[in-house]
Amino acid sequence: MTYKNYILVCGGTGCESAKANDIFQNIRLELEKNDLMEQVQIVKTGCFGFCEQGPIVKILPEEAFYVMVKPEDATEIVEEHIIKGRTIDRLLYDAKKDKGRVHIENIDFYQKQFRIVLRNSGVIDPDSIDEYIARDGYLALEKVLFEMKPENVIEELKHSGLRGRGGAGYHTWKKWNFAFQQKSDTKYVVCNADEGDPGAYMDRSTLEGDPHSVLEAMAICGKTIGANQGYIYIRAEYPVAINRLNEAIKQAREYGLLGNNILGTDFSFDIELRLGAGAFVCGEETALLASIEGKRGMPRPRPPFPSVKGLWGYPTTINNVETLANIPVIITKGGKWFGSIGTENSKGTKVFALTGKVNNSGLIEVPMGTSLREIIFDIGGGIKDGKKFKAVQSGGPSGGVLTEEFLDTPIDYENLQALGSIMGSGGLIVMDEDDCMVDIAKFYLEFTVDESCGKCAPCRIGGKQMHGILDDITKGKGKITDFDLLEKLGHAMRRASLCGLGQTAPNPVVSTVKYFKDEYIAHIEDKRCPSGKCRDLVVYSIDAEKCIGCTLCARRCPVNCIDGEKRQPHIINQELCIKCGECFSVCKFGAVLRS
Amino acid sequence: MSKLSLDDLRKLREQKRKEINKRETSGKPIEIIVGMGTCGIAAGAKLTLEAFLDEIEKRDITNVLIKQTGCMGFCTNEPTVKIRMPDMTDAIYGNVDDKIARKIVDRHIVNHRLVNDHLFDKPSVDILEES
Repeated sequence: MTYKNYILVCGGTGCESAKANDIFQNIRLELEKNDLMEQVQIVKTGCFGFCEQGPIVKILPEEAFYVMVKPEDATEIVEEHIIKGRTIDRLLYDAKKDKGRVHIENIDFYQKQFRIVLRNSGVIDPDSIDEYIARDGYLALEKVLFEMKPENVIEELKHSGLRGRGGAGYHTWKKWNFAFQQKSDTKYVVCNADEGDPGAYMDRSTLEGDPHSVLEAMAICGKTIGANQGYIYIRAEYPVAINRLNEAIKQAREYGLLGNNILGTDFSFDIELRLGAGAFVCGEETALLASIEGKRGMPRPRPPFPSVKGLWGYPTTINNVETLANIPVIITKGGKWFGSIGTENSKGTKVFALTGKVNNSGLIEVPMGTSLREIIFDIGGGIKDGKKFKAVQSGGPSGGVLTEEFLDTPIDYENLQALGSIMGSGGLIVMDEDDCMVDIAKFYLEFTVDESCGKCAPCRIGGKQMHGILDDITKGKGKITDFDLLEKLGHAMRRASLCGLGQTAPNPVVSTVKYFKDEYIAHIEDKRCPSGKCRDLVVYSIDAEKCIGCTLCARRCPVNCIDGEKRQPHIINQELCIKCGECFSVCKFGAVLRS
Repeated sequence: MSKLSLDDLRKLREQKRKEINKRETSGKPIEIIVGMGTCGIAAGAKLTLEAFLDEIEKRDITNVLIKQTGCMGFCTNEPTVKIRMPDMTDAIYGNVDDKIARKIVDRHIVNHRLVNDHLFDKPSVDILEES
């Protein structure tokens, strides 16, 4: 069957929530109506990464890249583009409209990206094992089963320099090697898909766009370390990813790529899903194992490490989704090839979920060593509404902020750590001049306090205390001695907490104190929040000289605390004001003052 | 679908790779562009397009991208087809029916020789490419 056109509709969660599924169905109905199903193939793919402009529909071979498509555009797409061959200008991505037609590689967003993990996302139909196989899928498993010994696989991983993408950045080959060397008839492979950082969705998109890459890597791991059973621990809040994984596992079993005697060899391996209830701490490996075993998800001290004593006491290799998705490519293209990408100690690429005050939010994959400036300004298209860049938060609640002076630092594990942040799983939240750094630190701490499992005192009590201090500061009740106290508490939490959650929880506070101490001091000494985010420290007033009495603010005020006659200066009643800032944002004459 | 042996998997991969490669647009230096304006379609351009798709698939040629475009303006000689390939001048062929389309694949694409009796012109200067 040869098709004249291919229509790729994004099926990532972001686009689906913007009705990509309706778009898909409508286009299909239109195609059926026009008797075009024989001539046009319609495919629902994984995430294109350009989520800011979603839902995305891409049409080949013209490479028309349509953005912000609506279900009702389906008729026009089929009648104009498919039948009459006319590109629909109004749906093309703006920046390149004048060129008439957009090649995905010509959008700045994709120019600096290098896609290994996301190689199939937005390219294949994730529900089709055939399409995965067509793009070298299960070629690596084939090599591992018929041409390589476990030692060779570990050797390739060593050459590749691959490190864990879930947070700590431990060398993957070492993990596999420890488990391989354990003498045990029973071993397990576990995929950590319990992605929980606020604003991060790298693993979800990988699973949604290319589920087989993770299944294949787990089978390779099973063959290498000598395990026959794998578990994917995924949070129940990821229904699309769960459905696609279930479908992928079913298809792989039908083809005999999972199950007994894979490809006719004596190697058997199967995979089951375990759904998590969405506790952040279950992303910590020992808590995750406890949860799979049916126990309450709480971490335990290490050693013994899971590679030695893991699931039900047996040697277990735990890797996160992104780490695993790299492995089939490392096996087929070789560890040396992979090792040639990136920096000296951080090899390959990293997927980032770029969010916050940036023009092109989305999912991106860049070689290690790419600078923040390239990510935020070239790929991300700069700061929204022409505002000024203030900081970027990496590593979620375990990470810290990076300021303007570090925009040109190449991003890798070591550099981020040296600056007081971490790579983490890859969330990047961009902040502009309107964001209050004390408020940001408080937000992350609130998250870790909520998610602390409560097993160890430093995390349970320390987090709560630090949060209390920050809360006081944002309310104008801070003291200059709070800095010492925060530092001491942070130090205790880092040193004495049982697991990564508590050990890294002070990071957002410590790094904001380090780079934005003046902002803290403004809160503490001047009782002033420079960005106007902390409500308790803000006073809104009206400049009688500038106010023309248009009554707009009075009409918009939700608590009716603004008084004044038409064409006369208005006044805000401070006792009733809830400091929502609505009057400040609606005034067209700059007459509302914030201090 | 029964369980695969190693051979089955390799065969399946080859077959599916061919199918998915048709979607691929990069790494295909040769372009066949069929004029599919109203005039072209009225003159039978749909059959021409199908002939190209069929012939390219039959011959297992993988580096060709087949595209459609609007009217090329040479309406007296529809269907018209533009061929661009490295080491050959860009060419516009006219009156291309099923038979001629297959001949173009054989002579122009495979054997690097022009199909003289249907060769009408070189394309005019593309102002977008020049600038």
